[in-house]
Amino acid sequence: MAEKITLNMITQRAIEEGQAMEKGKTTPEYFQACSIVEMNPKDMKKLGIWRNTNVRVTSEAGSVIVKAIEPTQFVPPGLAHIRQGVWANQVVPPRTQSTGVPQYSGFPVTIEPAINERIKSALELVQGAVGIWKGGN
Amino acid sequence: MPKLITGVGCPYCGSSCDDIECLVSDDGKKILETRNACVIGNEIFHHVSSPDRPTKPRMRQADGSMKEVSYDEAVDFTAKALIKAKKPLIYGFGSTNCEGMSAVARVAERAGAVLDNCASICHGPSFLAIFDNGYPSCTLGEVKNRADVVVFWGCNPMHAHPRHTSRYSIFPRGFFTTKGQMQRTIISIDPRETDTAKLADYHFMLNQGHDYELFDAFRTVLRGHDIPAEVAGCKREMIIEAAEKMRNARFVMIFFGMGCTHTDGRNHNVDIAISLTRDLNTHTKSSIMAMRGHYNIAGPGQVWSWQFGFPYCIDLSKGTRAHMNPGETSSVDLAMRDEVDCFVNVGTDAGAHWPIAAIKHVKKHPFIAVDPNICMASEISDLHVPVRVVGVEEAGVVYRMDNVPIQFKKVIDGPEGVPSDEEFFDRVYTRMCELTQTEPMWIPAKGHAKASSTSEH
Repeated sequence: MAEKITLNMITQRAIEEGQAMEKGKTTPEYFQACSIVEMNPKDMKKLGIWRNTNVRVTSEAGSVIVKAIEPTQFVPPGLAHIRQGVWANQVVPPRTQSTGVPQYSGFPVTIEPAINERIKSALELVQGAVGIWKGGN
Repeated sequence: MPKLITGVGCPYCGSSCDDIECLVSDDGKKILETRNACVIGNEIFHHVSSPDRPTKPRMRQADGSMKEVSYDEAVDFTAKALIKAKKPLIYGFGSTNCEGMSAVARVAERAGAVLDNCASICHGPSFLAIFDNGYPSCTLGEVKNRADVVVFWGCNPMHAHPRHTSRYSIFPRGFFTTKGQMQRTIISIDPRETDTAKLADYHFMLNQGHDYELFDAFRTVLRGHDIPAEVAGCKREMIIEAAEKMRNARFVMIFFGMGCTHTDGRNHNVDIAISLTRDLNTHTKSSIMAMRGHYNIAGPGQVWSWQFGFPYCIDLSKGTRAHMNPGETSSVDLAMRDEVDCFVNVGTDAGAHWPIAAIKHVKKHPFIAVDPNICMASEISDLHVPVRVVGVEEAGVVYRMDNVPIQFKKVIDGPEGVPSDEEFFDRVYTRMCELTQTEPMWIPAKGHAKASSTSEH
């Protein structure tokens, strides 16, 4: 059992995310759809966590607490997926290889258990990042 | 009695479905039911009647709270911020009509702004590849009627374009594809076993980020050369078999998505996909298409190419000419280098979809969000301007992912007093001209339309 593991992260669309986004990014549906990381059960075992455990995902750009779930669409060991959106973009590196497009897919992250940590809401993450978060939900 | 409106366009993904039916209440103010739309489209049509939708602009106060202001104040604030800024960035346009894009372009030219659309963080690399290597594409109608081998490379339409497979690419029966799905061979290339991959006859679960090698392997096989036993984690035999299927097809269609453009290689992945299409055309007919994300994200490419000669990343700050150089004039790069001093977010949500570091940079300066709904950009903005929802409350021209223009309908009336994107930015333009004491320049066709619409009201 490792304290943390390094995985290759991709962030892409999901229909659950699309539907929740149109309902509103401050809704519980959006929170539920996007504040997750999908990883292979073998990687969860390596990390010594159960499914639905909160984890800290850290990249060169930052870190975020999300819930580790079993993949809704199969993810092989070594790969991890956060649905595009607020939580994913806390860790997406802004480097663009001079094309304008940030590294949304294919960047290394470390994942460690964070059982007692709270998953922040979308507003808290974005408003917090720019220094105007006032608390509440 | 409720009225059924047919032939409605859906303002969500690049499939731009135009067969939606909406049942509208007696007073024409509420959509009671939608038919034919996917779950996401359905959500959009119902969400417009949500009671939490803002109908007044809101401006951030000194204590950090938001206060409702009039549209006149919002127009004035926007005009002054754009005039004051040395290099404002106007970004977005995934979700508005071509009329709105054109109006914003006029404002951008006057402001000496950088004009960019969401392609900048999406299919921008595809543009770069297309400039270099051409774009042998077709329409979705041709795909439906002709394609018997369909390749989905780094895209997952079952999630991102939910009705794409049933309208165009896997299931429909067409003129030469009378047996529908039975007649089509589906090839999916994705590091995950996505819901699209589950529909495929061949799924190449390649090692993430190794797209270029796999494309190269297909080209090598098609040119009659040997390849290693394993390429990008995929077996030689399977590559050869799928390449044979392509060679013997009557019409090969390659769709590519964010799997190619968001990862290492970027434009080079798309470049070699186009070369593969060209190679295939020596054996059979083949075509390629970018899976554009929004219902009118092909629109700015059309409108601005016509106005400025470039589809995206257009730097108008030089005053005398438009300059495009992604990497230099692309939104995220400009933000990360702290080169812009005012940010206007139109019909998109940079707050949620940009890397957070880039948002921190643009938030140092005036931040204006023009969007019908509460979103992350609106909640960190200094000014949020709600507008009507295109395709639901506002008609207009949109370009589908295959660059086919479609006239979207208005289904219901928008909230009272809320302008469209076009109306709002025309007012900003007029105000900017007043403030700088210059004559507004409407092009003749537009001037004529404005004159006649004034007489109607």
